[in-house]
Amino acid sequence: MSMIGKAWKFGDDISTDLIAPGRLFHLRSNLPELAKHVLEDADPQFAGKMQTGDFVVGGNNFGCGSSREHAPTIIKLSGVSAVLAKSFARIFYRNSINVGLPALICDTDKIEQGDELEVDLGQGTVVNKTKNLTLSFAPLPPAMIKILNDGGLLAHIEKHGGFKLD
Amino acid sequence: MGKTLAEKIIGSHAQKEVTAGEIVLVPVDVCLTQDGTGPLAIRQLQKINLEKAANPKKTVLFLDHAAPSPRRELANDHITIRKFAEKTGACLSEVGEGVCHQIISESYLNPGDILIGADSHTCTGGALCAFSTGMGSTDVAVGLALGKTWLRVPETFKVEVNGKFPPGVYPKDLILHLIGMIGADGATYKALEFCGDTIKKMSMSGRLTLSNMAVEAGAKAGLIASDETTKKFLQAQGRGSKFKKITADKDAVYERVIEIDASKLVPAVAFPHTVDNIKPISEAKGIKIDQVFIGTCTNGRLEDLKIATEIIKGKKKHPKTRMIIVPASKAVFLDAIKAGYIKTLVEFGATIMAPGCGPCVGVHEGILGDGEACLATMNRNFKGRMGNTEGFIYLASPATAAVTAIKGEIADPRGFFTKKKPVKKTAKKKKR
Repeated sequence: MSMIGKAWKFGDDISTDLIAPGRLFHLRSNLPELAKHVLEDADPQFAGKMQTGDFVVGGNNFGCGSSREHAPTIIKLSGVSAVLAKSFARIFYRNSINVGLPALICDTDKIEQGDELEVDLGQGTVVNKTKNLTLSFAPLPPAMIKILNDGGLLAHIEKHGGFKLD
Repeated sequence: MGKTLAEKIIGSHAQKEVTAGEIVLVPVDVCLTQDGTGPLAIRQLQKINLEKAANPKKTVLFLDHAAPSPRRELANDHITIRKFAEKTGACLSEVGEGVCHQIISESYLNPGDILIGADSHTCTGGALCAFSTGMGSTDVAVGLALGKTWLRVPETFKVEVNGKFPPGVYPKDLILHLIGMIGADGATYKALEFCGDTIKKMSMSGRLTLSNMAVEAGAKAGLIASDETTKKFLQAQGRGSKFKKITADKDAVYERVIEIDASKLVPAVAFPHTVDNIKPISEAKGIKIDQVFIGTCTNGRLEDLKIATEIIKGKKKHPKTRMIIVPASKAVFLDAIKAGYIKTLVEFGATIMAPGCGPCVGVHEGILGDGEACLATMNRNFKGRMGNTEGFIYLASPATAAVTAIKGEIADPRGFFTKKKPVKKTAKKKKR
């Protein structure tokens, strides 16, 4: 499956507080409304200007901090097709897969704001069309591929009536 | 091949020998959600018609992050949680009972257990030698409904601490020092295992502080072998029979060994806006502070309130600095009242809030104004954490927080201890 979109570049240590701030705690049961503020405290332009299919591109330790699943959920809800980073915080990574948002580990130093990217999940490649470069991303653990392919953890459980990770 | 604490606990649940890197399906002993993550967990289960708790007596739904509720939307979230508890028989920890991690340690968790919690600081339970880790709402929802989860057995960093803390230096300074050393992602996906003489002699309160902040280095768990201190803690909570001695094997395989000499540590301060932006107190002294906050799952226990009270007793709060105190649980609050700490703190000028998370999450009870600085005993200082991206958060120990409230600027608690010695001697003489 191939996805094409523009890169929105963020720095290191983008916390879940920057993605889904505590001051908007009261919107956690209204995810479409919360999604209007996605990443607002890291880049106030992002939510208004991003197009469906675009990519969020971070540095190291993307998604650090709170376990709030609302963070990857609103990134997905806003129309982002995948998050690319040099590394992810553990809980954010697991949450992303659970909600069906691909979280891909690759060398994002080779991507700049506005670059046009084509991501192929099956091939494991990120083509930076602007820079004419091909990057590869680390494969997901097999258990996570199963969950992602089923459409997230909830769909996985519903489909198999429990865990079926083997 | 020897096993780490993580491998032993996960292996005992998987009913086979496990090694770091393996993915296993395990039964979970305890599950927790809080009011920020619980409603989503509940909605997820409703979506797939799985509204049940496999083990309701060990499924605990907390109202602690926005409690008492500051808004209608959050009051409605609380209703969702209360209804789910009623329907499934799961335990409900109401407004005013305290922070989830404190109550879980006081009342639910035992050595050797696996705890999953929809809160990143679930790793606090590692202090009781339970494999405790934070996950998202959906993972915990599925875990509490089915009584199972999947785990990747983590590699372990052994953190060996020896030596005695100098006066004015505490476990909080140790964990801040460690995070500064390895970085906010220095232990991502790994388990930390704290050991050495300093840990053996450390109180359960101090151990909980260490394990609590393991996630601030990216770690999945922060484990401490169970011993006499664990046993006494459980006995005091009426769960002495649940004690189990669990230690890592001498030939356990560690990915990394980090040695720290506690006697060489100084009070540490995390500067805005990352937890690993650690500086020694000498570089923080003199920074003006508008609000001091003592509390949270990191440092809101009786021992923490005792340290702060002893420092502020008989002193005056700086007129331009506010002080907020939030006991971590109702039990801590009651004990602090009995010990007279609350009276002293109120007389000093502190505002006491209901047991819970207080202003840590930025929802209520002490949101910062534009340009304001807060020195807090909490575990995070991310931009926007206390409800305002224009605020600045410094993290330190309760002792540093207390002297800061007196001075109105970040101050060194060690000065307090060197000055106090002669005072003690005169007091004794007077008695004679």
